[in-house]
Amino acid sequence: MGFDLFILPFTAGLIFILGYFVIRSLIWIVQLDRDDKMKFIKGIPSMATLKAIREVIMESLLHRKIFRTNPVLGYMHMSLAFGWFLLILFGNIEAFTINPGTVHPPYYPIFLRFFETATDFKGAGLFLFLMDLFLLLVLSGVFLALMKRFRSRSLGMKKTSSLQLHDKIALYSLWIIFPARLLAESFTSGIAGNGGFMTGPLGEFFASFLPIGKLVYPAWWIYSLSLGAFFFTLPFTRYMHIPTEILLIFLRNYGIRTNDRYSSFTDIEVHSCSRCGICIDPCPMTAADVNTIQSVYFIRNVRQGKLQPLTVQNCLMCGKCNETCPVGIDNYALRMIKREAFNNEEKNKYDYIPELISDKATVAYFAGCMGQLTPSITRSMEEIFRHAGQEYVFIDKNESICCGRPLILNGRNKEAVELIKRNQDIINSSGARLLVTSCPICYKAFREEYKLGMKVIHHSEYINHLINNNLISLNKSNQRLVFHDPCELGRGSDVYEQPRQVLKSIGSLIESEQTKNLSICCGGSLGNSVLNNSDRHKITRFSLENLTTGDPDRVITACPLCKRTFAQVADDIQISDLAEIVALSLVKSAELTPEEEKVMAETE
Amino acid sequence: MINWGYTINKDSSIDYDKNDRSLFCSLVKKEPTLGICMACGECAATCSASQFTTFSFRKTILLVQRGELNGLEKEISKCMFCGKCTLVCPRGVNTRHILSLLRDHLIK
Repeated sequence: MGFDLFILPFTAGLIFILGYFVIRSLIWIVQLDRDDKMKFIKGIPSMATLKAIREVIMESLLHRKIFRTNPVLGYMHMSLAFGWFLLILFGNIEAFTINPGTVHPPYYPIFLRFFETATDFKGAGLFLFLMDLFLLLVLSGVFLALMKRFRSRSLGMKKTSSLQLHDKIALYSLWIIFPARLLAESFTSGIAGNGGFMTGPLGEFFASFLPIGKLVYPAWWIYSLSLGAFFFTLPFTRYMHIPTEILLIFLRNYGIRTNDRYSSFTDIEVHSCSRCGICIDPCPMTAADVNTIQSVYFIRNVRQGKLQPLTVQNCLMCGKCNETCPVGIDNYALRMIKREAFNNEEKNKYDYIPELISDKATVAYFAGCMGQLTPSITRSMEEIFRHAGQEYVFIDKNESICCGRPLILNGRNKEAVELIKRNQDIINSSGARLLVTSCPICYKAFREEYKLGMKVIHHSEYINHLINNNLISLNKSNQRLVFHDPCELGRGSDVYEQPRQVLKSIGSLIESEQTKNLSICCGGSLGNSVLNNSDRHKITRFSLENLTTGDPDRVITACPLCKRTFAQVADDIQISDLAEIVALSLVKSAELTPEEEKVMAETE
Repeated sequence: MINWGYTINKDSSIDYDKNDRSLFCSLVKKEPTLGICMACGECAATCSASQFTTFSFRKTILLVQRGELNGLEKEISKCMFCGKCTLVCPRGVNTRHILSLLRDHLIK
């Protein structure tokens, strides 16, 4: 066992980072909400801990989710994380093999080749081979990381995140660590002959023309200094994600989530963002050349306390970044919290709205503001109701009150309360058992914010229900239909299959490249109140391009707002709402069905 | 005095020299689409709040343009922020942004 002065930068850095993280984690855990703390305590002795360990291995070491996004990018992250982990693990195993039964200081396995030049211990050949292999693995990752910085496209990323100075210092130290280790081990091997398949020949090669005797020390010093620099900058840079993500995975497995306020868990999420930039390309705002608001920058601003209102507001709230984030950070919830924080006062007054009462029926239909603007959708829905022989009441046919979700989306939750109450009373006064809505925005509001004495479903679910119960039948043609998942219906409310089932009974359903949970926002979102029309149109065209690459005959959506937005830019393709195409395809029999006869008798 | 049933009307002249138009000018800078509004009134026709009140985006903008800001705060607080006005505007005026900016300015 040896000692040399050059181990000091590394050892000091290691002590610093371990101490810092232990103290920081304790503060985070102590500050957890009471409920979250209970979940944490109950979770530790449960199966969730085993699940968390598995997730840490799969995500923090192997980076499975990034592999799924792009294999080369996944390999880059895996080789750095898993390769480095293997170097540490096998370095320690080798150190134990050389000095069995003794406790070695933590720096010893890191600088093992310098301290142990003998190659006659048991398994030496295997260790030399493995350690060189792992180093090669990490170096290949460093090489790819360099390539990514200069040409991100080669790793499947159109844009990578832009970095600040302190991030760059940490990044450059990270890049230096492993080439420096390679040189240091090669030089030592050139003198002592303790190299593997890579460091051995390299050492001989360097010895042939370099005074490696003089270079050995500087190389080990650079290795240790770069490690030290990396450790000392880590807590203040994006690399804080390395330890924090492990804590995050455990807490998430114990069932802790970000709800409606910035909790200690939210702070852990914020520190777990690696600023990998994977959220940049999928963000629809990137298509509008807005490059400062993506979740990576939003979270960075939150962490540094430099959040500007525009960064919070200039977002469509489409939720796609949540689906693509490899760390699983709930960007959507965080943005909602920050929107509310910028806007927390109750200012609007809706006491001018009169008391309204709905007619009674078993099914209530709510078109929503957006439905009001697309009368062809509401007409289609009325036709479908009549055709299926359903007794219904059109709640907002004349007076319509906003569901409140546009206010909530813009952080004005307190103001939405009164609108919600008004609508709730009107809808409940219908005495219906079922509420059908055409607007996914209203649908999400009804499901999450309202207390209704009835089941709420979207019209796509309702139509699917009518078909399954043979209340309507549809003519099937061979037209090719592509379905656009509205953000609030798909990602927002997890309704993906019902509209597709309906379309399968009308024509042949084709899928676009980015579909279901990866669907691209149409650009019309009410979640963004600052984006101008020409930028919106860029997003709409970008989204439409994805939908029309498979050459469909029609684009079908299930949202009046999406339909209207697409129709503004679509020149050579027909855009329809699901209700419209269903109404067009209804089989209209000469004879009345028993249900229709019943309705006819009642109306007469 | 005998009440003949006549009164003198309140002066309804608008004095552009005296009225404060700085708010309108700063709003146009922040949201340039305000400048292209042609006051067609489609926003007012579709407005959810105008079913029940006299509030409308068109009226709001007219008052801001003239610098008549008295009582405007109460008027714009009636907006439901539903976004119908933005969607029907034939000129592409970003109505919701203007209302947000107005609200931040007037209600502090």
